[in-house]
Amino acid sequence: MSPADTLTILSATTTTLLLSVTGILLGLPIGLGLALIRWARVPLANQLITACVSLLRATPLVTLVLLLFFALPNAGIAVGPIAAAVIALTLNTSAFNCEIWRAALIDFPKDQLEAAQSVGMRRATYLRRIVLPQIARSSLPALISEMSQVIKVTPVLAVVGVVEITRAAVRVGAETYEPLPPFLFALAIYLPIIYALLRLQRRFELNAEVPA
Amino acid sequence: MIHDFSIVWAERSLLISGLMTTVLLSLLAATGSLMLGALLSTALVRKVGVASLAARTFADAMRCTPFLLFAYLIYFGLPSLGVRFDGWWAGAVALTAHHAAYMGEVLRAAWVAQPPAPLEAAHAFGFTGFRLLRRIILPPLIFSSAPVVGNQVIQIVKDSAFLTVIALPELTHAASSIQSRHYVPFAAFIAAVLLYWAICLTIEMGVAVVGRMAESRR
Repeated sequence: MSPADTLTILSATTTTLLLSVTGILLGLPIGLGLALIRWARVPLANQLITACVSLLRATPLVTLVLLLFFALPNAGIAVGPIAAAVIALTLNTSAFNCEIWRAALIDFPKDQLEAAQSVGMRRATYLRRIVLPQIARSSLPALISEMSQVIKVTPVLAVVGVVEITRAAVRVGAETYEPLPPFLFALAIYLPIIYALLRLQRRFELNAEVPA
Repeated sequence: MIHDFSIVWAERSLLISGLMTTVLLSLLAATGSLMLGALLSTALVRKVGVASLAARTFADAMRCTPFLLFAYLIYFGLPSLGVRFDGWWAGAVALTAHHAAYMGEVLRAAWVAQPPAPLEAAHAFGFTGFRLLRRIILPPLIFSSAPVVGNQVIQIVKDSAFLTVIALPELTHAASSIQSRHYVPFAAFIAAVLLYWAICLTIEMGVAVVGRMAESRR
């Protein structure tokens, strides 16, 4: 593996990070929004979201990104590889985040609502000042785990032509006829990033175990 | 649109063979990774020792490796070390080894969460060896870990789709070839997505049945 090859893989790291960070940043609030709609039992939207989330959670990311990349242009929406990849990743992680937020909302103790009502707090204020800060903390470990999941699935997005770390390694391997060094190099980029998230997740899990 | 779906229907034999490959591959990987995971969990529950350290390193490293990169390592990387698989077996080995790490972690967590009292009582009643394992240890362990194991099996089914990139003829690969032959992307991939949904709902139903069995035993 020449220094140029190393540079090829390293520069593809930007794409991986760009895709993952965009997916995570979009997926967190969308997931929360969907969970709140289900929690409030908005008629029709509730059933629709339940079905969509169940479907999206069962759909492999490869199938989803292929579907978007080939079918959206047919519907008159032009998407490039990066756009298709970002949309697929966001839909995927939003569905999982929705379930994480919803679980935290279901577990949220009811007596706090009664307390808030007894001091005349409005529902929106109750949600913003009482519920959100607490569920953000309790669902943090699961959310971090989902973030590392997002990074781990980005290599799949290469099927539509996005060149991220793994695809760059495949290319270098095909050119040099030595696939092992570029793959191990790619692994060396992923390992510290995902391991850091894993450690972070464990630390927040330990924090959550300590009773407040 | 109806016309597109009728094209997919005409190609159903391809889709069904893809579905069968996905199901078979997932069953094989689920069984294999559960068995390897059980073995791994016996080392993971220990606090000290070489076996425990090795198991922990393996589990952590695997959980930090993207599955597709791991599959590439097996399929493209191992041949340069003299180990050669065809696409099918490379896929099966990659799925099994990767998910064994997760299964090991799941079973470890279930094992640690078990109360010690029944085990002590069983010892006092003279239960040992296989009878102890079958009558006392395994039933609560299986019931408490079933939902998480079910989720992991769903993950296996979804990860098996990634193997389309090493040309393994599973469900997504079948949908891809139908789309490239007839240019019916929406119909072809939606058909695949619905089939994946059906597989996952079946697994969830299975977990629910195990859950009801656990309820009735209590």
